[in-house]
This record gives sequence, structure tokens and C-alpha cells, in this order.
Amino acid sequence: MKRTGGYFSQIALAMAGRRSPWGGSSGGGDNGGNGGDGPPEDSGSGGSGDSPPPRGPRNPWLPGGGESGGDAGPDRDGPRRTGNIEDLFRKRGPEGPRRTPGGPGGPNIRLPERPGGGSWFPLVLGAVVVVGLGISMVHQVGPKEQGIVTTVGKYSRTLQPGLNFTLPWPIQQVSVEPVSTIRSFRIPAGGQEKLILTGDQNLVDLTYLIRWNIKDLKQFRFQLAQPEETINEVAEAAMRASVAERTLDETFSGAGRAEIEQRVRDRMQAVLDAYRSGIAVQGVEIGKTDPPERVVEAFKDVSAAQQDADADINRARAWAQQVLAQAEGEAAAFDKVYAEYKLAPDVTRQRMYYETMERVLGKTNKTIVEAPGVTPYLPLPEIKQRATKKPEGQ
Amino acid sequence: MERIWENHKLALIALAVVLAVLMSAVVIVPETQQAVVVRTGEPVRVINRFRPNTPYGQTGAGMVLRIPILESVQRVDKRVIALDMERQQVLSADQQRLQVDAYARFRIIDPVLMVETAGTEEQVVAQLQPILTSVLRQELGRRSFTSLLTAERGTAMTNIRNKLDRQAREYGAQIIDVRIKRTDLPDGTPLEAAYTRMQTDREREAATIRAQGRKDAQIIRAEAEATAAKTYALSFGKDPRFYDFYRAMQSYVTTFETGEGDSSIILSPDNEYLRQFRGTR
Repeated sequence: MKRTGGYFSQIALAMAGRRSPWGGSSGGGDNGGNGGDGPPEDSGSGGSGDSPPPRGPRNPWLPGGGESGGDAGPDRDGPRRTGNIEDLFRKRGPEGPRRTPGGPGGPNIRLPERPGGGSWFPLVLGAVVVVGLGISMVHQVGPKEQGIVTTVGKYSRTLQPGLNFTLPWPIQQVSVEPVSTIRSFRIPAGGQEKLILTGDQNLVDLTYLIRWNIKDLKQFRFQLAQPEETINEVAEAAMRASVAERTLDETFSGAGRAEIEQRVRDRMQAVLDAYRSGIAVQGVEIGKTDPPERVVEAFKDVSAAQQDADADINRARAWAQQVLAQAEGEAAAFDKVYAEYKLAPDVTRQRMYYETMERVLGKTNKTIVEAPGVTPYLPLPEIKQRATKKPEGQ
Repeated sequence: MERIWENHKLALIALAVVLAVLMSAVVIVPETQQAVVVRTGEPVRVINRFRPNTPYGQTGAGMVLRIPILESVQRVDKRVIALDMERQQVLSADQQRLQVDAYARFRIIDPVLMVETAGTEEQVVAQLQPILTSVLRQELGRRSFTSLLTAERGTAMTNIRNKLDRQAREYGAQIIDVRIKRTDLPDGTPLEAAYTRMQTDREREAATIRAQGRKDAQIIRAEAEATAAKTYALSFGKDPRFYDFYRAMQSYVTTFETGEGDSSIILSPDNEYLRQFRGTR
């Protein structure tokens, strides 16, 4: 019930320019309020408002009634009487006076006098109160949010998504928090090196991401003094404990990392549940696992060594292939010739011998020493260059 | 207005006083706090005391009344409070140094005792911090360096928690958890030594891998040679004499013809090749 009142007043305020509901009795069709589209007669009334002093008591809250007259007056009496465009605008609508330089502090909104001559003050005050109540009573909770209602400090209920109504402000307070939104933070927050000791007393530079959300808003609100800091520390402790169970090589391997992630998550959840923190750890992702910067060269050299070893083996394989192929080729060639030879051994043998000799002797310088005791002249410099070889006799 | 003031001056003042007294009689205790009502220096009751398993809304939080002036209210946090320890260097049983970061989490379960002994939560933290440090040193100093790193830490932590809890109870606090956030090697020599060890370890690994590669390559080569020899033997072994001839022919061609080719040969007339040349027979 009260809520609708609040709503109406909000709507009413928005429309107050034209037709103020509380001024309805005054039949105010002609209030030159803040509606920018005031009909021309408005400006007329504004103009006419200058010359006769305002009837009834002035509105102390909206200086427009009295002051705009004093404002527009000098302008009109001034020497500049030509149809200046500013003048035109000034004359046109309620916006005009507002632009007047050196005008009074506030906007020159003028409300017409109430018929009874009463002050607007109680009405405005009432409206403010009603709007205030409305705002503190109506709460819109978004789809991922929940709200906690406390009645003078005491927990009353949890608001679910949608439009919710509570008692007004001093009595009930509402704090709305995104609940199912998954939040995350990275450790370390900056890009600096974070060294963690592994089980085999090596150091690993490790970054990770914790994703979490609130699973029980009231626990989250009321149980921990520093929830975010707690998550951070719990994560840190869990990660270090989990890495300390593994060797360095395991932290580098994919399977080891997945196991560490799972362990950290379980550990964190157990601890946070023990704190009754109302926090659900959604996941732990290890970003990078690197050796410390100081020794990273040595680590790179290990993979380089692997490459070197592979290269060695590859070269050996290539050579082996060549050797094998050659052996097979030669053996096959011999087998073919031998098959022929078996058919006619002596003839083949002789033929091969002469053929080879032809080919060999045809290309070489030949010296035949005829008689025994005759020493042929050998051109020694040439001998030096050329290898002499005597074909072996049979 | 003025007339009202003139006519009812006393009544208005009385009204204001009553209002002020009423206001000061109302105390609002939120869910996150407990409140100790102290009457003339003596704690008389506790509002919203921590009790496990009491659902929120039924813990006694909210608006309560007190006797103004006579009773004062001291608020005590009801939530889990952090107790952080400064980084400490701990000496393990095997004389290794280790930098330890630990934290504890506690909660005030007896606010009256807390107010009487410590006064505020900050005081409790200040009192417990050195205790945590010394308990930690004692407990970790009994263990070897490696067991500090690994999961065996679990029992150490339970011991530390129990010891600290015993002390904390005197302040009306309950230790929920003690955890080592991080254990690090201290900067300087120990860290350098660790780096050196890691580095040499990797160097050894690299050397091993390279040697292994060379070994494998050698084996591959030897195997190929053996297989080739076997292939040759199988083929040529069928007729060694013919192979000798066949291979010699091949060798002559390689040496004299396809070799650089500038060879000179001195032939004796007795040469087998020139047998027919002499026209004998």
C-alpha cells in the first residue's frame, strides 16, 4: 500500500511540471513549472508577473516568483531593445530567464501561488518524505543478486531477485550483493615473480586465478570480518601446501597441474566451509608454471639437450639408411651377375676380365717393357704426379 | 509558533528530555557484533552472544534497551577476525632456515572475559601475536626441513592451533584455524644455494640427455653396419672366389677409369692380359 503511494509520488514528481497532483485543487493549468514546453501564455504570465508585485506571500523556496521580475526588468529597460535572438528566447519560454546571466543561484522556477495563499513548503516537504520512503521501501534485486534485510540490525530475511518491499529506512535496511556472479582474482596481482617451494625443495614461479562466488549471502555478510582477504590467504596457504606435495617436474606437467588445481580447490573449500564463510570456490586455474628467472637458462638448456639428442639420433638413422640401402644394392647387383656367371662360369669370367681391362687400359697411359734388362726412361716429374699402378696378374 | 513556545515551554523541554533519554536507552546491535552491557563498571549481560548453530535472526541482535547513564555498552566483533603474523625466520630441527608466513583466525566466544582481560579485539590481536610466533617457532623447530614443506605440516598446524587456542581462551577467544601461508628460503646464501642446486641439477639432466642421444645414435649406426655386413655376407658368401674376381674388376674400374684418370701403367709382357698379344699358342 505504502509502496504504491511512493510510486505515485515519484510519478507525480516527474509530471509536476504540467499538472501537479497536489496542486490539483488549484486547477493549475498554467503553472510555469519546469516543463520546458510551456505554452506562450506562460511567458506572458511571467511577463505580467513583473509589473504587478506578486500577490500573497512569496514562495520562499523557489525564488522565481519575485526575483525573475527584478531580473527581467532591467533587461527590458536597458538600451538594447532590438530583437536580439537572446531576447527572443528569453521571451519565449520558461527557459529564458534561466539563462539570464547574474541571475539568482537557483533555477528560476516559479510556482503559481496557491489559492489559499498558503506556503508550498509543507507540500514539498511531504513529497520529499514520501519519495524518500518510497526509495527506501522498494528494492529491485537484479537476476544475479540477493539482498539482506536487517530490522534495526537484526537479520530478517533474504531478498530474492525481483521487486521487493520492506519497511522504510530507519527500521529496515537492505544491502544487495551480487551472489551468483563469479568473481576472480589473480595471485600474484601484479606480474612479479612468485616463488613457491616444491616437495623436492625446488622453486617454481607460479601464478594462479581463483574464481569464487557467494553461496550463502548471510554467512558471507556476517561471518567473516575480512572476507576477500580471507579468501586470498586461504588460497595462498592451500596452493603452497599443494605444491609442496609435488615435485618440480610434476608442477610443470599438465596432469600434475590439474591435480594441484583440484587439490587447492578442495582444500580451500574445506577451510572456507570450516569458517562458515558462505563462499563457494568455483575453480582454481594455474596460469603459468615457470622455473625461477635465475635458473631459467639451465632449464632451457635441458630442452635444448633433448633437441640435440634427437638430432644426433636422426643423423645416425639417415646414415644407417644409406648404409643399408647400399648394402642391399650391391648385394642385389652381385646376385644378378652371379646368376649369369653360374650359367657359363669360364666364359663370363674371361669376358668380364677383358671388358674391364679395356675400360681401364683405354683410359690410361701404358708403357710396355719388352725386353728384360732394358730400363725404360720414366719421366720422373710426371711419375710424381701420377700414380702408377700395375694391374694385378692372374 | 511563538505562542506555542510561550505557553508550553516547560512541557516542550520535558518532552525533549524524555525523547533524548529514550534515544539513549535504545541500543542497536547488528548481527556482526556482540555487545556487553556494563553497569557501573561491572559486566551484567551480553547481547547477541556467539553461539554456534543459531540461525541468524534468532541470535538476539537488533534493538535492545539499556538504562541510560547507568549502563554502558561495549561492542565486540562477532565475526571471524584475522590474526596475521609477521614474517618469521624459523630454524628447523636440522638447522635449516626458513621464512614462514602464518596466519590465524579467531573469534570472540566469551565477550565478557574479553572485555575484562583485553578490552578490545585489537588488544587480543596484540596479545596473541607474540604467542603465535613463539608457538610456531617451537613447533616447527622440532621438525626437519623437508617435513615442514610437505603434508606433514598438518600435524604441526594442529599442535600450534591447540597451543594457541589454550592461550586464547584466557582472552575469551577461540582459535578457529592456524595456517602457514608460505614457507620460503631466506634471501642470501640459502636461496643462492637452492638456485645453484637447481641449476646444476638441470645441467646434469641436459648432459645426460645429450649423452643418451649420442649413445642411441651410435647404436643405430652399429646396427646398420651389422645388417649391411650380414647382407653382404649372405650374398657374396655364395661364391667367395667369384666375389674376389668380381670385386677386383669393380675396383679396377673405380681406381683407373672413374678415378682421376691420369694413371700410367707399366705392363710387363708376362702380363696375363698380354698373353695373346705375344701370339704364343
